[in-house]
Amino acid sequence: MTTAIHSPASLAVGRRRGDFTNVVRAELAKLTTIQSTYWALLVSFAANTGFAALAAALLAPRLKPSDLAHVDVVQLALAGLHLSQVAFGVLGALTVTGEYGSGMIRTTFAAVPRRRTVLAAKGLVFAGTALVTATLSTVVAYLAFLAALPAHTLSGTALTDPGVTRAVLGGGLYLTVYGLLGFGLGALLRSSAAAIATLLGVLFVPPLLLDLLPGSWKTTVGPYIPMQSGSQIFVAVRHEAASLAPWTGFGVFCLYAAAALLAGFLAINRRDA
Amino acid sequence: MIEAVGLVKRYGNVTAVDGLSFTVPAGSVTGFLGPNGSGKSTTMRMILGLDAPDAGTVTVNGSPYVKYRRPLREVGALLDAKAVAPGRSAYQHLRWLALSNGIPRSRVEQVLRQVGLASAARKQAGGFSLGMAQRLGIAAALLGDPPVLMFDEPVNGLDPEGVAWIRSMLKSLAAQGRTVFLSSHLMSEMALTADRLVIIGRGRLIAETTVADFLAAGTDNYTRVRCTHAAALAALLTERGATVGREPDGALRVTGATADEIGEAARARGLGLLELSPQQMSLEQRYMELTRDTTDYHADPMPTPAAH
Repeated sequence: MTTAIHSPASLAVGRRRGDFTNVVRAELAKLTTIQSTYWALLVSFAANTGFAALAAALLAPRLKPSDLAHVDVVQLALAGLHLSQVAFGVLGALTVTGEYGSGMIRTTFAAVPRRRTVLAAKGLVFAGTALVTATLSTVVAYLAFLAALPAHTLSGTALTDPGVTRAVLGGGLYLTVYGLLGFGLGALLRSSAAAIATLLGVLFVPPLLLDLLPGSWKTTVGPYIPMQSGSQIFVAVRHEAASLAPWTGFGVFCLYAAAALLAGFLAINRRDA
Repeated sequence: MIEAVGLVKRYGNVTAVDGLSFTVPAGSVTGFLGPNGSGKSTTMRMILGLDAPDAGTVTVNGSPYVKYRRPLREVGALLDAKAVAPGRSAYQHLRWLALSNGIPRSRVEQVLRQVGLASAARKQAGGFSLGMAQRLGIAAALLGDPPVLMFDEPVNGLDPEGVAWIRSMLKSLAAQGRTVFLSSHLMSEMALTADRLVIIGRGRLIAETTVADFLAAGTDNYTRVRCTHAAALAALLTERGATVGREPDGALRVTGATADEIGEAARARGLGLLELSPQQMSLEQRYMELTRDTTDYHADPMPTPAAH
């Protein structure tokens, strides 16, 4: 900003950047002044930490040596993700659909008529908030798991053990991207009920369908469905031969979210608010 | 200035706005009148770029609304007072609006005081009465100190003190040279507030005029006359080409002659006048007359009492 004011062209660029910063600050002010944000974050923290402690104290000591071959340390520590992912996904959807529900979206678009700018700022603020809080919650959950784990029950639990650091931090990435999937569906569908139903359907319906299909589908299509592909990032050591590698699986999972976001961005200028 | 040219908006096979053109000049209060469902709110949404017209254009001070990078500094609008997140306080609501358009924080406190909400600034907007919500919406409209202001049914839900307050506020905003455009379905309200009128029915322009011209053109204007020799005066006036009827109380109802002409005719014949009063249709009656055929929803007429 200090040297940019000499030529008109750079001034225009500076002003444009300033405008986007303004919209981001406005969206941050919105996200931090709505109760559902705090509820969702509280639920996910409680779920991640609580399930981690329970899994360590109650489940881990009862595992038989034969079970240990299938159980992943971090996946067990992050058992709470099954619940907290719903909180993040729903929060992502509500960030957009809440405004359509109250009619406030018209106030928002009247204040900033560039709707894709609004959506980008909103998405950025949500993704940033989700990434920080989700990562924090998986790290805290992991620490709670270690603290509650009786001595000599499991091996390979240290952050220096193969895949553990990546998996613990990956849990935060997974929650963030699932939240963004909810966000994209919210922008596309505009109704809270429709967005949340679709969001949960995308996660939980494909595994049920696969059970009805011939067994070969499970190994060919199975690894690519959202739940399977996404969860590889928070598995420290791969146990199933058919599953994708951690970052490959996560990449596939990101594609689902990207598709929803793209659809939301394309739809938002085409409809009346 | 707001300029609409040939605006068309269809929802399915319903044409909500049908080739609407009008101009709202700066420095006066322009009333936007029409029965419920005539397309007022749709038109206002198109002005703000919320709904895209199927044809036509609308500009605010020469530019489409969506082209403004900081539109709250150009146009302040209150469309729906209840379109506020219920969990946010009045202050929080105005704060994010201010941030989005780079408006200083001090301005938030200022408009809250201006609309009389300073003491309720920290209360959740969801608990506001309709009157308080209207005040918050007006505060939001004033936030960017814009040269153009637009209000959809602003007196809805306000108590008499609030109605008087908004009337004087609208007039002072116009006196500062701003463009003030407000919609209402209540003619009587407009009669007290507006200088100019844009009247629509079924999405079409019915009249674009000043309040004074609108009244003068009433078809049912007449002069009420009571006279010591009513029959003689009636005959005299009829002879001179006027139309004379009777009021329920026996007074003459004269059209086609001015009060001056009637008075002069009576004086020349030595007929004593007891009453000579020109009757102008009220704005309300004029409006009803104009929009009678364009109202989508109307009730069966109530039986009228014979005399009143």
